[in-house]
Amino acid sequence: MVDHAAKGFHLDARVRPARVVAAAALLDQNGFAMDAVTGVDWIAENEMEVVYDFFHPAHVWRVVVRTRVPRSQPEVPTISEIYPGANWHERETHEFFGIAFLGHPNLTPLLLPEDATYHPLRKDFVA
Amino acid sequence: MSLPEPFRLLSFLVGVMAFVGFNAAYLVWVERKSAARFQRRPGPTEVGYAGLLQPIADGIKLLSKQLIVPPGADRILFMVAPLMVMIPAMISLVVLPFGGSLMARDINVGLLMMFAFGSINVMSIMLSGWSSRNKYAIISAARIVSQDVAYEIPMLLVVITLLMITGTMNLNEIVQQQEGWFWHWNLFRLNVNPLMPLTFLIFFTCMLAEINRAPFDMAEAESELVAGAFTEYAGMGFGVFFVAEYANIVVGCSFATVLFLGGWQSPFGLWSGVWWFLLKMYALVFTVIWVRWTFPRTQFYNLLNLSWQLLIPASLFTLILVAAMMKFL
Amino acid sequence: MSTSQVIPAPEQPHETFVLNVGPQHPATHGVLRLKLTMDGEYITRAEPVCGYIHRMHEKMGENRTWAQYLPNTGRIDYLAAMAYGHAYVAAVERAAKIEVPPRAEYIRVITTELNRISSHLVWFGAFLLDLGGFTPLLYAFDDREKILDLLEALTGSRLTYCYYRFGGVCNDVDDDFIRGVREFVAGMWPRMKFYRELVTDNIILRKRLIGIGVISDEMCRKYGATGPVIRGSGVGYDVRKMEPYSVYRDLDFDVPVFSEGDCMARYLVRMEEMVQSLRIVEQALDKLPAGPVMTSGVPRVLKPPAGDYCFAVEAARGRLLVRIVSDNKEIPYRVRWRTPSFCNLSLFEEASAGMMLPDALALLGSLDLVIPDIDR
Repeated sequence: MVDHAAKGFHLDARVRPARVVAAAALLDQNGFAMDAVTGVDWIAENEMEVVYDFFHPAHVWRVVVRTRVPRSQPEVPTISEIYPGANWHERETHEFFGIAFLGHPNLTPLLLPEDATYHPLRKDFVA
Repeated sequence: MSLPEPFRLLSFLVGVMAFVGFNAAYLVWVERKSAARFQRRPGPTEVGYAGLLQPIADGIKLLSKQLIVPPGADRILFMVAPLMVMIPAMISLVVLPFGGSLMARDINVGLLMMFAFGSINVMSIMLSGWSSRNKYAIISAARIVSQDVAYEIPMLLVVITLLMITGTMNLNEIVQQQEGWFWHWNLFRLNVNPLMPLTFLIFFTCMLAEINRAPFDMAEAESELVAGAFTEYAGMGFGVFFVAEYANIVVGCSFATVLFLGGWQSPFGLWSGVWWFLLKMYALVFTVIWVRWTFPRTQFYNLLNLSWQLLIPASLFTLILVAAMMKFL
Repeated sequence: MSTSQVIPAPEQPHETFVLNVGPQHPATHGVLRLKLTMDGEYITRAEPVCGYIHRMHEKMGENRTWAQYLPNTGRIDYLAAMAYGHAYVAAVERAAKIEVPPRAEYIRVITTELNRISSHLVWFGAFLLDLGGFTPLLYAFDDREKILDLLEALTGSRLTYCYYRFGGVCNDVDDDFIRGVREFVAGMWPRMKFYRELVTDNIILRKRLIGIGVISDEMCRKYGATGPVIRGSGVGYDVRKMEPYSVYRDLDFDVPVFSEGDCMARYLVRMEEMVQSLRIVEQALDKLPAGPVMTSGVPRVLKPPAGDYCFAVEAARGRLLVRIVSDNKEIPYRVRWRTPSFCNLSLFEEASAGMMLPDALALLGSLDLVIPDIDR
């Protein structure tokens, strides 16, 4: 639990990559809505963080679920089965960070050109 | 002054063409100006006084543009379609009585001829859509065919109703029957058809749909189909369609005037003449413009539902009503 | 071949074709492209293709200082830029624990709500344009012009505002501005009535919108659709009420909710929101406290403590979340924008299946998309 006034969310849960789907399913059962999926490249620690945001349409609650994967093999299971809205967010995270969402139906670039092979939000990206 | 028949006819044909051309050019100006006034802006002001030379400038611009035939289009049909939409509109005016003696050809099936030529319009727009090899154009062409077929029926039923009352297809005679005060106009002949204003409303609605004007402008539903059947036309090819649209407005409003509003007859039996015809016709034209800048566009299927579920039953009802009244009263 | 022989028509599978709507198309309001698989006039699959004006604002955040990034915030959603500046500035203030003087908070609310009205007016005109009604656009722009003039006098720009600063706003409002806003608000009440009579009550408009493009509250939840979209589906979710920020707690306003979920519901929500925004502006002007508009002592080179911070605001199109990650340097480590149009568009594919082309475009218009907001 964290202070909303200080951080902007109430619950900050850190899970293992394999547990992401279970966490999303639990939030879905409790009526949470998809907010966003994004990544952060922690190059110093040689890890990538995937951040899932959820809000509740009827309550104040804001939940953040985060998981870390090694930079050498950035793979997380997709939650687009549970939240179809995550489909686009995961595509965007994939193209920006090169994080693969296993089981995603269509992991093609969304905002970058369709032949883009680079991942611009990685910290070692050179234009 | 009486000219020999061939010269008289020739001068009338030139006159009709000039009339159509002038109207098309200056109705664009009227439309732009009135649209601007509806929208609290000045409209064209730069070319000539109050933008009066704007249509000429537009025409020169369109003429100077390259005519592009898209690759894969049916070249012949693509070029013929604009002419086919323009010519019937002009020919329809041949039988139109502008004034007591001011008509090119006084034939006794004038009404029939006008509707025969009017229905060519559908085919030409369909051809333009089909021949341009463009998906938007084809969707638009399919819409136009179903729309015009749907609205042709109530329109003709209304005209048949009117024919039973007038008993003649000669347009000049129809006008002469409406002589005198304005309650002699067909619009107000409630003794033979108490639903006459409704009949006129059906006619006017069908006319808007037939000439593809807003709120029924499915052909050019620009937020859906870019420019509909005319998407691929460039320069004067598009210009001719544009001119033909206004020519068709003039034709449609002219016939509404002749059939329902007493043509060139004065509303109070005095000073009848061509000026009354023009006054009534332009009042209707202005209404058409007014409607366009006020209403949003209908959906395509609602448009068809309106015809098949409302206008056709209503016009059939008036037809039967008039038949029964003529038989039993 | 005998004439009596009847040749049965071959069982034809439904033949479909692909229709490209956009990226240059009158209905897409910008460079959105829809790849529609059509069966006649029916849409079997609609695939939005985005990215035509992708500018990578998130990467830009990683190579300039916290303050240098401020102008970028105005260029994400060019119609409701104030809310974006507000979200970013407030997130950084939350991270660096900067207090904002009350007068600045009120000015932020006034300008954001004016901006919301101007954004909704653009939507109103453009939506009617999608439906084939030309004239309301010009009326709406007429009213919007007054807002733009007011905000231009205050902030220096007409659309892409960069007015908020860490710890306040850069200029104080003057009497001319307050008088102008009061005149505008007074003039808007009869205009709202006029819009209702001219547009909302029009039979053709009602036929086109009622029952068309129904989006369920469940679909909104699954896709994260917010703003007028979710409020048109019967869920009264508004960040201003749910996670009250700035001074919204002290202001009295309602969250309009319509439960039908169709285009008409979303239309009515936005029309009612303009009324509520006018109410907010009126109250905020009445309550506007005296005092400074900037906190003194905000360091010129800002280094927020390490950590990640979120701030959500209600932008004109829905929930806007900005997440900043700081590593205690003068340059952000990561700036993430969760924009409402992005999520609202993502449900289009599911919502438009089986619709007819004109209805789907009405649905698209009712989502009120701003393409730079999607592409960022």
